[in-house]
Amino acid sequence: MAGEEHIIDLRHVSKSFSGKVVLDDINLYIRKGEFVTLLGPSGCGKTTTLRLIAGFLAPDEGEILLDGKDISGIPPHKRPFNTVFQRYALFPHLDVYDNIAFGLKLQKVPSDEIDKRVRKVLKMVSMTDYEDRDVESLSGGQQQRVAIARALVNQPKILLLDEPLAALDLKMRKDMQIELKEMHDQLGITFIYVTHDQEEALTLSDTIVVMNEGRIQQIGTPTDIYNEPVNSFVADFIGESNILNATMIRDHRVSFIGHEFDCVDEGFGEGVPVDVVVRPEDIYFTQDPARAQFTAKVNSCTFKGVHYEMYVDTDNGYELMIQDYDAYPVGSTVMLYIEPDDIQVMVKERTCNTIEGRMKDATHVELLGGEFECLPQPGLEGGEEVIAEVAFDKVDLLDHQDEGELAGEVHFLLYKGDHYHLTILTEDGDHLWVDTDDIWDKGDLVGIDLAKEDIKIRRKNEA
Amino acid sequence: MKKFLAQTYIWILMVLLYAPLLFIAVFSFTESKVLGNWTGFSTKLYANLFTGRMQGSASLISAVENTLLIALVSAFVSMVLGTVAAIGIHNLTGRKKRALTFVNNIPMINPDVITGVSLFLLFIFLHFSQGYLSVILSHISFGTPYVVLSVLPKLRQMNPNIYEAALDLGATPGQALRKVLVPQLRPGMVSGFLLAFTMSLDDFAVTFFTRGTIGLETLSTYIYADARKGGLTPELRPLMTLIFLFILVLLLVINIRQARIQKEKENL
Amino acid sequence: MKRSHWSIPYAVFLGIFVVLPLLLVLLYALQDGQGHFTLANITRFFSDSDALGTFAVSLEIAIENTLICILLGYPAAWILANKELNRSAVTIVLFILPMWINALMRTLATAELFNMFGIQLGKGTLLFGMVYDYLPFMIYPIYNVLSKMDKSYAEAAQDLGATPWKVFWKVTVPLSMPGVSSGILMVFMPTVSTFAISEFLTNNKIKLFGTIIQENINSSMWNYGAALALIMLVIIGISTMITGDRKDAEEALI
Repeated sequence: MAGEEHIIDLRHVSKSFSGKVVLDDINLYIRKGEFVTLLGPSGCGKTTTLRLIAGFLAPDEGEILLDGKDISGIPPHKRPFNTVFQRYALFPHLDVYDNIAFGLKLQKVPSDEIDKRVRKVLKMVSMTDYEDRDVESLSGGQQQRVAIARALVNQPKILLLDEPLAALDLKMRKDMQIELKEMHDQLGITFIYVTHDQEEALTLSDTIVVMNEGRIQQIGTPTDIYNEPVNSFVADFIGESNILNATMIRDHRVSFIGHEFDCVDEGFGEGVPVDVVVRPEDIYFTQDPARAQFTAKVNSCTFKGVHYEMYVDTDNGYELMIQDYDAYPVGSTVMLYIEPDDIQVMVKERTCNTIEGRMKDATHVELLGGEFECLPQPGLEGGEEVIAEVAFDKVDLLDHQDEGELAGEVHFLLYKGDHYHLTILTEDGDHLWVDTDDIWDKGDLVGIDLAKEDIKIRRKNEA
Repeated sequence: MKKFLAQTYIWILMVLLYAPLLFIAVFSFTESKVLGNWTGFSTKLYANLFTGRMQGSASLISAVENTLLIALVSAFVSMVLGTVAAIGIHNLTGRKKRALTFVNNIPMINPDVITGVSLFLLFIFLHFSQGYLSVILSHISFGTPYVVLSVLPKLRQMNPNIYEAALDLGATPGQALRKVLVPQLRPGMVSGFLLAFTMSLDDFAVTFFTRGTIGLETLSTYIYADARKGGLTPELRPLMTLIFLFILVLLLVINIRQARIQKEKENL
Repeated sequence: MKRSHWSIPYAVFLGIFVVLPLLLVLLYALQDGQGHFTLANITRFFSDSDALGTFAVSLEIAIENTLICILLGYPAAWILANKELNRSAVTIVLFILPMWINALMRTLATAELFNMFGIQLGKGTLLFGMVYDYLPFMIYPIYNVLSKMDKSYAEAAQDLGATPWKVFWKVTVPLSMPGVSSGILMVFMPTVSTFAISEFLTNNKIKLFGTIIQENINSSMWNYGAALALIMLVIIGISTMITGDRKDAEEALI
């Protein structure tokens, strides 16, 4: 169904709002007739991308092509797209019929034609007989249908949907997902859909674009994204997962949780630190000691409807989540194995914090907007530009913002089996990555300190 | 281009709006008895105003004092009465609530003249001697609705269990009111007080009808009488200028503070 | 004690100082000087050509003033609410500031300005002064509605093919009507009932309805004064019903 012809191309698109980068060099193409979902947490830039395509915003850099032609200079009312807005934006001063007919009346379509098309589209969204209703008297789901009808009646080349189901309750959301999918199949036009709900994205899309912090993380089909996430962010965001630090021993052999496993990945090099992701349904129980790769003690077991969800402590002290149709008693010791092709190996984006800074004097360095004491640096003078490296587990987090040299906020956290890997956003907007055993929550305000012996400094531009 | 036209329009309106006030302000710095007649720069009118050395100065100063006294007393009573009333109305339901809210709106819908005339008839009917008390009661009657309307939204925003929580922790109803409710409602009470206060300062018609014949003058009635006699007392020019500046500074401070709070909220 | 009982003192207060006075207006309007029931006060108004004339002039001035305020105020409110055209909060403060200054003072200042330039006081100066007095009351409620209006309505219209001009007429204007009706109430009602202002702005040449109420009350013609007040109350009631509640407009000021 999805042709190879590109309908939309985004090339090197960047956008900032008052100095804050919201989109950073976005490259993306959308094929004609495709159902594409932009997926990511709030603030990842997905809505901005949609608004750039709709024309409500102009990119700072880069270009947006429609059928190969740049549309940067075309105002939104001349673009052949229509949008279903987040909170519908139905005109409260018009009834259902006039809301839907709004676009057609502007185009001066003859009134009997308008009538025909409005009725047709109302039928399509199952809202026949609602023409005269005041839009504010409609339920959320009904308003949603009118909003879709209002966009579709203009026969756009692309339908843009900005979290259209976010305001609906769970049951209605599920029903609308099916209807949207059917509409897409029926109409054959391109849908660009924005959501933060990974399940919705997996259900609806032909292609998912996972975004975070203004960058595209991964583009692929729902199965690709689920089975082969490219980094720990994608793995964590889509579905449940065990994400663990690992070392690639050689091709097809990886070590994690203190054991070695066969895997299918190659080309990472030897002895290279990597991340692995193992989905909880891909860890199997066995009674056969010959098959077992490691043992663990069942820590908790919860019935989830179709399956049981268990947390186990492995023989080397890692915690894993397992989903299985059978329950194993809490406290019992079980034998486990993982199939090679269920282990997804991912490149580590970084192995320590690398921070650009400047020497204040021989024993002080300015980093991230703060000033830290460091060991005496022979050969480095005040004012010299340097690179500082700090290991993940050497960053001290303090309970109160004002106790540390820097203040920050826990921005993102990842459980890695035996510790947490946190992303800290400092006051100046820089990132720091921290490994810790302490429990923090997203949004916690923290103080940050670095001990002098933990800051490794080298001159900038030095290998 | 569009921006230029828009700015020009705004500035023309602004100049028109402020021309008379600026005109008064400029001529507050000259001694001339007649407005528009510049007789050289002088701060004598200001000096006169503050030292009280001028014709009829006693009555102008007592008018200012009366205005402030009436505004402060009536706004304070309005604040207390209105806050208690708002708590009561918030806890009412159904017809009683609608009825009370409706009557509460009447003083705001009513034009000043009607409020003035109707209160005048009330005091006549009750054989209530008109003077300070009747004016203050009248000002309370049109000030309190603003307090009620400022406090009600704060009550709606407030967690309904917070009062019960205080009682649960051993507070008497009075303590719960003082230590828990009032701190929560304070912003609404303050803006209600300020509204009632400025409404009272601004009022002319209601005072005019309810002050009786004891010679009670507020600034508004003083200006009215003064202007009817023909020509404003020159010392009113510095007074108006000062009032204007005072309100300008007050509004700017309030707005800039609000803008800053707003910004801080957005940054969090 | 139930907390709903806290409303009782205020309910009593409202009964005495709001409801009773209005009933007294009705009572006095329907009585002659001896306290007997009569409709004479009402019929007197309808046969009094002076009073009827004043009434007509008051309505005319109030309607003209309201229209001028809309024509001048709407564009101003629109510009002030538009973030691309106006980024400064100070401009908005400067526009609402005159509302907080005693209207009598502002009127006198205007009248003095006319005098200085030797402009003949009359209907023109009356209208000018009224517009000057009441324009901020029109701008502010419209500004309030426009600046709080959800941007997505305009975007949705644009998305459906409306040019900026069409967006303005088909979406922005209809959606800002609540602000316009608040503005109408806040301008029309005070103008129709004003007194003092017209005396100063026209040198007593043009009398408005508020002035004749005041004159009757001040010359102890309470019953006729009350009847005139009753007639004005009816006008107020009708215009409130047409344009909605003035309360919303005043609430917007808080």
